[in-house]
Amino acid sequence: MWWTRLKALIIKELLAVLRDPKGRMVLIGPPILQLLVFSYAATLEVRNVDVMVLNRDAGRWGYELIQRIGGAPTFRKIEYTQSVEALHDAINRQRVIAALHIGPTFSRDIEAGQPANVQIILDGRRSNASQIVGGYLTQIIASLAAETPAGRQAAPAGVSVVARNWFNPNLIYQWFMVPNLVASIALLIGLVVTALSVARERELGTFDQLMVSPLRTHEILIGKLTAPMLIGLFHITIYILAAVFFFKVPLRGSLVLLYGSAIFYLASVVGLGLFISSLSKTQQQAILGAFLFVVPATLLSGFATPIENMPDWLQPVTLINPLRYFLVIVKGVFLKDIPLSEVARNTLPLALIALVTLSAAAWLFRRRLE
Amino acid sequence: MTSAATSTEPRPDVIQLDGVTKKFGSAPPALDGVTASIRGGEITGLVGPDGAGKTTLIRLMTGLMLPDAGTIDVLGHDTRTDAARIQAEIGYMPQRFGLYEDLSVQENLDLYADLRGLEKADRPAVFDELLTFTDLKRFTARLAGKLSGGMKQKLGLACALLKKPRLLLLDEPGVGVDPISRRDLWKMVEALMAEGIGVLWATAYLDEAEACDRVLLLNQGKLLYAGLPSGLTERVAGRVFKLTGIAGRRRTLLAHTLDEKGVVDGVIQGEAIRLVLKEGSDPAALLPGDAGADARVVPTAPRFEDAFVDMLGGGPGGRSKLAETTQARPAGDGRPVIEARGLTKTFGDFTAAADITFDVPRGEIFGLLGPNGAGKSTTFKMLCGLLKPTLGEGRVAGFDLRRDGAEARNRLGYMAQKFSLYGDLSVTQNLAFFAGAYGLAGARKRERIALMTEIFDLGPHASLNSKDLPLGLKQRLALACAVMHEPEALFLDEPTSGVDPITRREFWAHINGLVEKGVTVLVTTHFMEEAEYCDRISLIDRGRSIALGPPDALKARVATPENPDPTMEDAFVALVQSSNERAAA
Repeated sequence: MWWTRLKALIIKELLAVLRDPKGRMVLIGPPILQLLVFSYAATLEVRNVDVMVLNRDAGRWGYELIQRIGGAPTFRKIEYTQSVEALHDAINRQRVIAALHIGPTFSRDIEAGQPANVQIILDGRRSNASQIVGGYLTQIIASLAAETPAGRQAAPAGVSVVARNWFNPNLIYQWFMVPNLVASIALLIGLVVTALSVARERELGTFDQLMVSPLRTHEILIGKLTAPMLIGLFHITIYILAAVFFFKVPLRGSLVLLYGSAIFYLASVVGLGLFISSLSKTQQQAILGAFLFVVPATLLSGFATPIENMPDWLQPVTLINPLRYFLVIVKGVFLKDIPLSEVARNTLPLALIALVTLSAAAWLFRRRLE
Repeated sequence: MTSAATSTEPRPDVIQLDGVTKKFGSAPPALDGVTASIRGGEITGLVGPDGAGKTTLIRLMTGLMLPDAGTIDVLGHDTRTDAARIQAEIGYMPQRFGLYEDLSVQENLDLYADLRGLEKADRPAVFDELLTFTDLKRFTARLAGKLSGGMKQKLGLACALLKKPRLLLLDEPGVGVDPISRRDLWKMVEALMAEGIGVLWATAYLDEAEACDRVLLLNQGKLLYAGLPSGLTERVAGRVFKLTGIAGRRRTLLAHTLDEKGVVDGVIQGEAIRLVLKEGSDPAALLPGDAGADARVVPTAPRFEDAFVDMLGGGPGGRSKLAETTQARPAGDGRPVIEARGLTKTFGDFTAAADITFDVPRGEIFGLLGPNGAGKSTTFKMLCGLLKPTLGEGRVAGFDLRRDGAEARNRLGYMAQKFSLYGDLSVTQNLAFFAGAYGLAGARKRERIALMTEIFDLGPHASLNSKDLPLGLKQRLALACAVMHEPEALFLDEPTSGVDPITRREFWAHINGLVEKGVTVLVTTHFMEEAEYCDRISLIDRGRSIALGPPDALKARVATPENPDPTMEDAFVALVQSSNERAAA
């Protein structure tokens, strides 16, 4: 009996989302957009930047340095100038992100075995990119320095560094981003679909009709939560398929662990969604409420910036963010074979958060019935 | 602004419609070649059921929309070329969204005064006049959203009157408003008319039409009639009769009578049956042998609705396939199906309903009536489990709504005014959901869905989204969803407000048939037509039941020498007013 009722409700909830043109848009639009924008456009790597060179050195070392910079894939174009003013102007107008000033005695100093100077001017307004470009340029200059007479003499005594990137040997950006997206899309979809569900019925006036049916309050809650969870799992699956077959991200861990923890993750998310929905009078309020949560939750999750970088007072806030824990699991399952104990350690907080959000939602839902 | 009164003709046309046609998408035209005129200094009723094209026509008159074909001339300006001038000279009160609910009464007035360009110096006098006129002076600081339905409409009217218009367009001012507030509004509009202002009053209530000076009757976008209301009722003059003193079940009798050849239309009116006969049929021949010794057929004054139904070719037959396929309920143990015992609901320090007690025995239609905000909805909601009573208890089919809520809800069917269907789900999906929600499964579920589809003739529309159905079909689908699980009790919240009279008769034929089979009905309504279908009525005012009894008994209580045969609305108004006087004393 209860199963008949619940099944009818779950089917109705799914149909209500899928047959509503607005609902369908929510399910198709944002996920595609998010996948494309985050994996291609919102890259944190620095590419295709221009640099300017003011070379006042006539010797072969200055020429060699410019050739090496020109050969690096990071830089798109090298502009040459003869005046300091032109160089300032190019930085000022953001035509180039960095400028290299090679002094007149550069080659001579190197041949003489004396310390030689190169000036790098960076655009501090674009602090992050400048830092990375500065690093690239320093690397190139250091490799040149190692080949100078003085450098060759010092080499045997020096320490040679061999860097190797584990889990993502070539530091491919999508390997980092796409698993992150698996977690964030489930947050977005789970939250929005649930947030709309009660608000939609209130707006259309069907809510009373539902409340006078023999469906018990907990059955309505379960029905309202199951449909968005199923939709969330569907999106997670689509994103995993895209990650593996389209972006060729390695899948090294256990999918069983991933889906197992995903259920707790989604439960905590839809609990929040239902909470928002019970508070909202209209669908518009519900959507706004959902985004009010999604944006800070994404920023405070370690999605783009490490949690360790945040100030000490802010870090504890991330402890109540379900995205934080699920990100660890998703990235772990994809890039390393994350062990069960690690998954459990991150799933436990998810289960606790789910318990809190679901009880809060149920409490508010019942209270609003009065 | 030139005054209409200076014109030589006493009542010049203020609006002329010539072949006005408007289409939306591929649907049948919302308005189809409407040609008519509206005069100044009169109340013209724009009458028709929901979806007839009333709002579309009014919006076309304001110049907010343009017709696809034909022309509209308002106060001498064409709406195509001079919309701005028209809008400056008319007052328009839309059905909804006319007020800013988060602003106070005064702030709404200030806003509209700004929008209408009312001079600052004139404002105190105008505001004072309008607030006195609408009796809203005490509430200037209250948020518009917190006003009752009737007060909202009065404020809307005040906003439309800020700059005295030559023409006032009112889009269903009576919707959702109790009869008392409706009479107040009507009196205000009559006062305006005396000043030479032309008034267009749109309404779905056919009884309001009778009070208008002139009516335009719209149905499905077509103008059926234009002229004096009496001109229409004349159609059926001498053909309207009341069957009184019936001994047996009047609903069964009505069902049989409707299938007689000479009968055009028939409805329950309290204890009596109201009949419209075909030209030349003999009323005496209609009196069946089993109606009892006291039964007689008396001629009665025709009403607008009688004529409307006659014009549409008569009402539907009296048969209800739904009732025929319903198993008669055993008489049971004589225990009432719906019981209210001292139901009380308080919100903070406000008592919405106090100590409401009544029983509804098996096979009875019981009505809850009352002014807006008087507590009838609260009572209704407590009895179907939507609200928890603060004190007292409600039972349905013997189950306490608080302890065995789900059991009680399983035995009741619910249908609200705004047909609570899932608009994005198809007809079949709606049926399937409600079947499942009421625990029907497997073969039984398929059987019931097939039966409902057949009875209500939903088959041809099975895959349409329910929001795209015409109003009449929505009504049928909503009823199908409410009765699919064969409930013992039906809860109806203004079930046929605004629907056309034919659909309403069809609906009540089903309800009457179900009642004869032992189903119990609780109905709450503003709509006096619906009240007439009830066996007994409880009139609720200020949270208390002030009168309880059969409609005819309530009417008899207010009969006076001047008004020996009061209508249900008269009874309503008189009883509420006398209760208010007692409360004030």
